Amino acid sequence: VDMPPEAPKEDSRPKWDNKFQYILSCIGFAVGLGNVWRFPYLCQIHGGGAFLIPYFIALIFEGIPLLHLELALGQCLRKGSISAWSAISPYLGGVGVGSWMVSVLVSLYYNTVLTWVMWYFINSFQEPLPWSVCPLNENRTGLNEECYESTAVNYFWYRKTLNITPNITESGTLQWWLVLCLAACWAIVYLCTIRGIETTGKAIYVTAIFPYLVLTIFLIHGLTLPGATEGLAYLFTPDLNVLKNPRVWLDAATQIFFSLSLAFGGLIAFSSYNPPKNDCEKDAVTVAIVNSLTSLYASIPVFSVLGFKATTGYWDCLDRNIISIINEFDLPEQSIMRENYTDWITFLNSSYPEKIAGLKLKSCDLQEFLDQSVSGSGLAFIVFTQAIILMPGSQAWAILFFTMLFSLGLSSMFGNIEGVFTPLLELQIISKSIPKELLSGIICLVSFLIALCFTLSSGSYWIDIFDRYAGSVPLLVIAFFEVTGVVYVYKIKRFSEDVKWMTGRKLNLYWQITWRFISPLLLLIVFVAFVALQIQKPPTYTAWNPKHEDFPMKEEKAYPPWVEAICVLLAVLPCIFVPLVALFQLVKKMWRSKDPSFLSPEVFSCQEVNR
Amino acid sequence: YAWDTNEEYLFKAMVAFTMRRYSSKTTTQISNVLLCNVTDRVSFWFVVTDSTKNTTTVPGSEVEAAIRMNRNRINNAFLLSDKTLQFLKIPSTLAPPVEPSTPVWLIVFGVVLCLIVAGIVFLVVAGIQQRKKKNKESTERENLEEKGEVTITIENGIPCETLDLKAGHINGVFSADDERFTSL
Repeated sequence: VDMPPEAPKEDSRPKWDNKFQYILSCIGFAVGLGNVWRFPYLCQIHGGGAFLIPYFIALIFEGIPLLHLELALGQCLRKGSISAWSAISPYLGGVGVGSWMVSVLVSLYYNTVLTWVMWYFINSFQEPLPWSVCPLNENRTGLNEECYESTAVNYFWYRKTLNITPNITESGTLQWWLVLCLAACWAIVYLCTIRGIETTGKAIYVTAIFPYLVLTIFLIHGLTLPGATEGLAYLFTPDLNVLKNPRVWLDAATQIFFSLSLAFGGLIAFSSYNPPKNDCEKDAVTVAIVNSLTSLYASIPVFSVLGFKATTGYWDCLDRNIISIINEFDLPEQSIMRENYTDWITFLNSSYPEKIAGLKLKSCDLQEFLDQSVSGSGLAFIVFTQAIILMPGSQAWAILFFTMLFSLGLSSMFGNIEGVFTPLLELQIISKSIPKELLSGIICLVSFLIALCFTLSSGSYWIDIFDRYAGSVPLLVIAFFEVTGVVYVYKIKRFSEDVKWMTGRKLNLYWQITWRFISPLLLLIVFVAFVALQIQKPPTYTAWNPKHEDFPMKEEKAYPPWVEAICVLLAVLPCIFVPLVALFQLVKKMWRSKDPSFLSPEVFSCQEVNR
Repeated sequence: YAWDTNEEYLFKAMVAFTMRRYSSKTTTQISNVLLCNVTDRVSFWFVVTDSTKNTTTVPGSEVEAAIRMNRNRINNAFLLSDKTLQFLKIPSTLAPPVEPSTPVWLIVFGVVLCLIVAGIVFLVVAGIQQRKKKNKESTERENLEEKGEVTITIENGIPCETLDLKAGHINGVFSADDERFTSL
């Protein structure tokens, strides 16, 4: 009696419940905090609508091809990043290890940013919002000095949240409230990634869709705010002269690259759980376009709110001037309004110039308020929180805003953790008897303990370092080796056959040209330009120092040598695995070739795995 | 509302009331409060005279202290606040912020953490139960295989479970184990 053949091993690999979950996970991974707080900033400083031109060119020639490459690779090989690259070629195993390393480093600091978001979220349930009022000083005669000189919002961020030290060498102590929030954040990550994609697949329905709902709510509300149209006009007015500046093209290329979360290994992990015959080409184009459209969609409410904030600041400035003039000249109450302010000023300046000069009026310029552009955490925690105070019903808006940021970040964290988790599951070292729950628990616990460093008083300086060095240069290097590895080591002919087998269509000319020439070349240029820009001047950081003479302006400081060494280490460590592993394999091969009974491994092909 | 002589009268009355409360003298009358230099801005100077001491003015510090004590009553009479009704040289004392005994954020944090821990415990327990069920199923299958009853195979279209060996007849010709080997 013949036993029926054993069920193929692939069935024991987890898979997505449906295609929508997979697409949503990729979109959630790509759409993150950067879409909300980096893209609008870049649009603003690089000539508004004109920035979209280099952005879309970079999307077409760099973003979509690289994304398609990663998704096709993962789907074909059905393995996590380390095993996948080792399978492509043993010499390229370092690429997988490098991307695993980057995922680890980024997960560490990214979840700390989510900690800050959670801290603001749980503080949004108070009336009045804690960042809207300055606390009193010790003897209750006036407001706290640090708060009074800067603003209440700045004070809450730098003192009450971060408790920041004046420079990076002073580490300070662990801030217990941040430690609590960090533990809660890692517990949430553990809860959602406890069984890999089985659990993240369910969680992603909420975390990927919820931000779009909130963005729409903010869009509708933002457009009704006064000053919204000024903000939007300021954002989108194209200034085509900026296209002459190479910096703009570089920023567009890097923004597309980092926005799509390429080279983390997370996308490879996601697509490895797909059925082999899946149209990865359509998926790649879909995910890339949705990501870019989300950036555009998010910049509208962001800039409506920023325009509202600028207009309110401008009106406050005008009102303060009006009060001083009215007090000085004893004019009746409603005589000077904002509309006839300029007429009055010219009239009074011609009749009583000395009195006007004596009042020391601040010049109120709406453009100046609009020009105060901020990106990154400053946008969310300082500028936006200030705008939220000005809206009626601030608590609700604050809660909505911070839950949106949290979901955006959480769905990106899923991709990061998957990039760490999936390769570990496939390593021979991890025995099959360790349950998935335990492995993910260990990953979350170890990450939590290491990330405690970021809850020190100097933590935010370190996060800036990680963001600038670990999350930028290594990715470019790894992506470059990804493209050249697939195209020139694995050979593009074989890969085209594999993709044709998976999608059912031959690779058209666009993919051939971009994969072979344009994308590697673009990556090389971007990498060289990026590094050149970094090396040009010694790296500095801005520190919050209440004793600084220009306070509340931040003090610019240079990194001490040991910190610079850490920066270099962070940038080099993931990249060093690429040559290291190649060298190791070369040595192993030379060792093994002396053994005559050793058979060289067969040439690997994607289709044979799945036949 | 417009500022007219009636409002001025109310103001004089409030200042007189304030002086009465502060110094507990019942002699201050509305006529003791004098306003001067009234401008359209609605700003003016005022003094309080003391009728018992032959029209000398009450010292400014006393008036300041009195007003500071009853500031909110004066504000409320005019439906104004410290910002809209300014007494020059009398800064408003700042009210201390209301601090609840447990900070609100700790409460919210506690709620969030409880939900998370409940979720984790639920998932882990569900995972352990699923694993136990799978283990029981696989050990059952192993036990059945040891007894020789293969549950998967099908012989001639009839699953072997129905061919329960115990129900069948044992053919004596083939199962004479003890006589299989000829004895030496």
